[in-house]
Order: sequence, then C-alpha cells, then structure tokens
Amino acid sequence: MIPENEFIAGLKEKGFDFFTGVPCSLLHGLVMGLEEDKSAGYVAAIKEDAAAGLACGASMAGRKSMVLMQNSGLGYSLNAFTSLHMIYKTPCLILMSWRGYEGKDAPEHIIMGQINDKLLDTVGIPWRELTEATWRDDLAWAEETMAKEQVPVTLLVRKGVFRGPH
Amino acid sequence: MDRIEAVTDIIGALDDDLPIVHANGMISRESFSVKDRKANFYMIGSMGLTMSIGLGAALARPDKKVAVLDGDGNVLMNMGTLAQIGALAPANLYHICLDNQTYASTGDQPTISGAVALERIAAAAGYTRAWKVTERAALVPALHEMFASDGPAFLLVKVAPGNLPGVARIPYPPEEIRDNFSAAMKV
Repeated sequence: MIPENEFIAGLKEKGFDFFTGVPCSLLHGLVMGLEEDKSAGYVAAIKEDAAAGLACGASMAGRKSMVLMQNSGLGYSLNAFTSLHMIYKTPCLILMSWRGYEGKDAPEHIIMGQINDKLLDTVGIPWRELTEATWRDDLAWAEETMAKEQVPVTLLVRKGVFRGPH
Repeated sequence: MDRIEAVTDIIGALDDDLPIVHANGMISRESFSVKDRKANFYMIGSMGLTMSIGLGAALARPDKKVAVLDGDGNVLMNMGTLAQIGALAPANLYHICLDNQTYASTGDQPTISGAVALERIAAAAGYTRAWKVTERAALVPALHEMFASDGPAFLLVKVAPGNLPGVARIPYPPEEIRDNFSAAMKV
C-alpha cells in the first residue's frame, strides 16, 4: 500500500494545491488523508462533473488541480472533460479507481471496469496505472504529461493501492 | 423585462475588472454583444457547470470577488451545486441567475423553473442572501445591495423568454477565453 501521507507530500512537491473529488472505497485512505490535512483544503464535491468544474475554475485562478473519483464518475464527467477541459486546455490530474478490474467486482462495476481504459483512450485522455512500486514515477509522468499536453491526465488505481475502509 | 435588458443593466452595474463566469448559449452571447469584457469567462459547453467553475475560482482566490451569470436551465441541471456553495459559504461568490423559464438557446423549450422557486432553494442551501427581482427598476439597486455584503449571495432575475435576434457566437478560441479570465483572476 502507498502511505497516503507520503503520496500527499508527493502531490504537493509536484505543485498540486487544489484537491477535490467524490470518494471511492479504493481511494479511502487518500481521501481521509486529504480531509485530515487542513493545508490541503480538500473540497468534497457533490458529483464528479461538478468536481471537474471546480478543478477548471481553480486552475484558471492559478492553482494546480487534482480530482479524485470512482470510475463510475467517468460517465458523469465525460462532457466536462470533452467540452470544457480539453477545449480550453485546463489540465488536471484525475485519480480514478478502477472498480470492476478483470470482471471481479459487484455487478454495477463490471461494464465500466471492462471499458475504463479503452474509454479514456477513445476520449484522448492520457492514462497510466498507479502502482505501489512505481508511484513516484507515475506521478512524475502525469505531471509532465499535463504540462505538455494541457489536458486532464488519469492515474488508474486498482484495489489495494491505498488503504481501504475496512 | 427582456433578458438583454437585464444583461445590459448587470454588465453596466458591475466593475469592469470583476471576473464573471457566464453560462453557455445565449447568456454568453448576449453579454458579449453588450460589452466584451476581458474578465468574462464564456463557457461554451459543459452545461450545468457555470456555478462549479465560479466556485472553483472563488475558492482558489478567497480575497477576490467572483460573479456567476447563470441561467435557470444550468442551475436546474446541477442543483446539488447550490448545496455545495451553501455548505462551503465562500464570502466572495455572487450568483446571479437569469430565469426565463425556458431553454432559450435550443429553441425556447420550457424548463421547470416556473414551478420551482430557485431563490428559496438557494436560501435553504445556506446562501447568506437569496432573493428575486421581477421588475427592471429593481435590478440595479438589488445588484448594489448584493455586492455591498459578503456572499455567497443568490439573485434570481425573472426575465421574459426569447432571444435577441442575430447575436453572434463568441468569436474567440477557448484558450484565449481561458487566458483572459486567468489574467483577470491574477489581479
């Protein structure tokens, strides 16, 4: 598991200073770490597209934004990415849980789990998996790609990468 | 009052350097036709997110006033954001909603705002002040009152359906809109 305090410190080192999102059990430790770190000022959003909108507004006001979400939120936020972030070129880091990975999950996650990576490819959102062994490189890649491409960049997170709720 | 009259009075009453996040469609276009301000963000897509973009900007710069010029269709689409604004209560956010009870940009199909008091929902959500104006003469005094106090404040402006004919689309590429708004937020 990636210790959330180390990951949050890594995010801050890369300049991230606006954090928002909607929780997922796979991201529990990270969300709680951000909630407890008052200097992070985590904004609990009501929906994933609204979180994307917050990130865009904050980016235009000079912040470097990160959005946390479950992959179910990708459907809700696709239009925000395609008709806002990707045309205005307001990059953000999307940390997205990969529920339904390899078909092993509750029924509501299976279809998105199967198409999650392909959907990101189709939309043109660069992505990579975040793993415990490579997380510092993954974060560096995401930050560089955001700066270069000026689009949202996704790190997909499988079960067990962050501390769970149970 | 017609929406173009309301937009004319709003843009005339507010400081030229106040960042204003505009709803997509005819609200952006009519505002552009009244005065093309550098501090305007013209949202050309992402319906429902005017409030979120304004809130994100307001949270990022709590020392700076930010306005949102919204429409009833946008507010209804993501009404949860009213709750988010009320809960976070940014003192620097001012939310003006032009309510013509239609989706004017797509051909005047009716919304449900005739049956829903959006200003009462905003008040219940925790905005410090939320009220509505229906007469043009009351609009500018209401705006002065709004900006004289801390937010988040919500002003519902009831306007007639219909669009000003022949209003141009926003001519700028999105990145230029972004850069202008970012520059206004940096001041």
